[in-house]
Amino acid sequence: MTIEIRDVSKRYGSFQALQNINLEIPKGELVALLGPSGSGKTTLLRMIAGLESIEEGIISFDGKDLTNTHVNQRDVGFVFQHYALFKHMTVFDNIAFGLNVRKKKLRPKKAEIEKKVYELLDLVKLSGFAKRYPSQLSGGQRQRVALARALAVEPQILLLDEPFGALDAKVRKELRRWLRKLHNEMHVTSVFVTHDQEEALDVADRIVIMNEGKIEQIGTPSEVYDSPKSPFVYDFLGDVNLFHGRLDQGKLKVGSVELNVPEYQNISDKEAVGYVRPHHMKIDRQKQSDDAIAAKVFFCHSIGPVWYVELKRENMDEYVEVELTKEEYEQLNLSVGEFVYVRPKEMKVFIPEDFVI
Amino acid sequence: MKKKYKKKNVLPGFGLSLGITMLYMSLIVLIPLSMVFIESSQLGWHDFIKIVTSDRVFHAYKISFATAFVAALVNAVFGLLIAWVLVRYRFPGKRIIDGFIDLPFALPTAVAGITLTTLYGKDGWLGQFFSLFHIKIAFTPIGITIALMFIGLPFVVRMVQPVLENMEKEVEEAAASLGASKQQIFLKVIFPELLPPVLAGFSLAFARGLGEYGSVVFIAGNMPMKTEIAPFMIMSKLEQFDYAGATAIAVVMLVISFVCLIVINLLQKWSRKHEFQSE
Repeated sequence: MTIEIRDVSKRYGSFQALQNINLEIPKGELVALLGPSGSGKTTLLRMIAGLESIEEGIISFDGKDLTNTHVNQRDVGFVFQHYALFKHMTVFDNIAFGLNVRKKKLRPKKAEIEKKVYELLDLVKLSGFAKRYPSQLSGGQRQRVALARALAVEPQILLLDEPFGALDAKVRKELRRWLRKLHNEMHVTSVFVTHDQEEALDVADRIVIMNEGKIEQIGTPSEVYDSPKSPFVYDFLGDVNLFHGRLDQGKLKVGSVELNVPEYQNISDKEAVGYVRPHHMKIDRQKQSDDAIAAKVFFCHSIGPVWYVELKRENMDEYVEVELTKEEYEQLNLSVGEFVYVRPKEMKVFIPEDFVI
Repeated sequence: MKKKYKKKNVLPGFGLSLGITMLYMSLIVLIPLSMVFIESSQLGWHDFIKIVTSDRVFHAYKISFATAFVAALVNAVFGLLIAWVLVRYRFPGKRIIDGFIDLPFALPTAVAGITLTTLYGKDGWLGQFFSLFHIKIAFTPIGITIALMFIGLPFVVRMVQPVLENMEKEVEEAAASLGASKQQIFLKVIFPELLPPVLAGFSLAFARGLGEYGSVVFIAGNMPMKTEIAPFMIMSKLEQFDYAGATAIAVVMLVISFVCLIVINLLQKWSRKHEFQSE
């Protein structure tokens, strides 16, 4: 089912939670709403579900306006961050709930419900847990029950609100891969909310990046990662080094250093900021060109196969972070306190008149 | 060789706190209660049976248990409703009403009894309307029930309120997203969570109703074989200095109440079975 969101706004008192949201989610896609807390992503998801009233704008499924349809008529499955299971019911009864509350005419026969529940238990790899109560399950198991419960009613749309947010890192990764697999098999239009960029990049077909109630950018994971449209997106999707300077005829002048910015040939003497990812930085012992920035090695540490080198820029109170592979790091053989030169291999320049971080 | 470790409890102070608990319970509850049994045992078995099965006493038991049960039942229903309104809705004066709930505890029970008697008497403010329909309230079991409703009101409300307040909104939203109607959400999702506190409040109100004396004696009228309650029978025996007889009636009251409360507690435990099954 295609979800169409047109000119949707929402305020809570004086707080503008959402501002003129326009978004189309095509049938069968897995879309991530990504943003920091307070960006309005959960509000948007809850409005799609019908758990939050819509005051301005229209939300329609397959062209059918659902703005005033109650949540229990929308045919959506909703998965909550904290599972929201029915504590007094067994796993079986939790999953069967959506079928059991149907009107008599639409309700499947008891044997059919039972078959369906056991199928779903198989799907979420919890067969054998039917008679347990939620309090006897781990967090990951509870969330899988919640997912099975939402899938039992065969929803047209699956909505997930930070579904893995309360789980530990390893289970989280496992479950999101599993969700991806499940989605490939079932093709239910799905929207999930997350503040974890890695999760969004890993799972989603498309990512909608939100900030302060507005959509910053929509695109595939590689699109938003490789060509961010705003400093916010650049900053939010990964670590970044900032170089404040003046843009003049294709050069960004940062102190005594000149960095080449060929795409801004026609601009003269304007304030600008260069954005460089830590893995787009290079470290040299010798000064090889005009764009080398002198810095002192301040701190080195590794996370698995990746080495992070923090450097302090010469005569300045600014730090630069560089990401190196283990081989590169071992070849350089850096020691703390040593003077070296860092050079950006790739840089994106934003002119900060309309962008503020 | 396997080394054997002494099993240690992580939480400290078990021995001391259990000791204090037992001492306190003995001094305040168990010893006084056992005196009732010892005192009544001065009667022979024959006399004991004769006193507690006499028509008047037997009828008083019936009245006591029936009125306490009905009053607790009514309070369970309306207490749940009041708690619901106080937690779920916002309206002016909510805080004040919330404060009123506890008043029946603070008021001397005799004052409550006198007030209710004048209010529900044949010519009282409320009683006159009922007498139009030939319904007598004061000096009948209905009057006793009303007095017991009055003093038992806070129990259910105060038991249900915190549970309702802590209930996750998301659970109801999940039920709604699965297609449940409002009635279904209440019956299948909310009510099962509220059943344990309702039962707990019910049993407290019931127990309080059984022992209530002050507010009931005025509105009951204490007519033998009609509106005499068990505590009144005990008092009248005491006034005749028949201590053994009074305690005999009390012993039967105690045993029956104890059995009733155990049954209610088992019910409550059953309604919370999902909480006890965690490994």
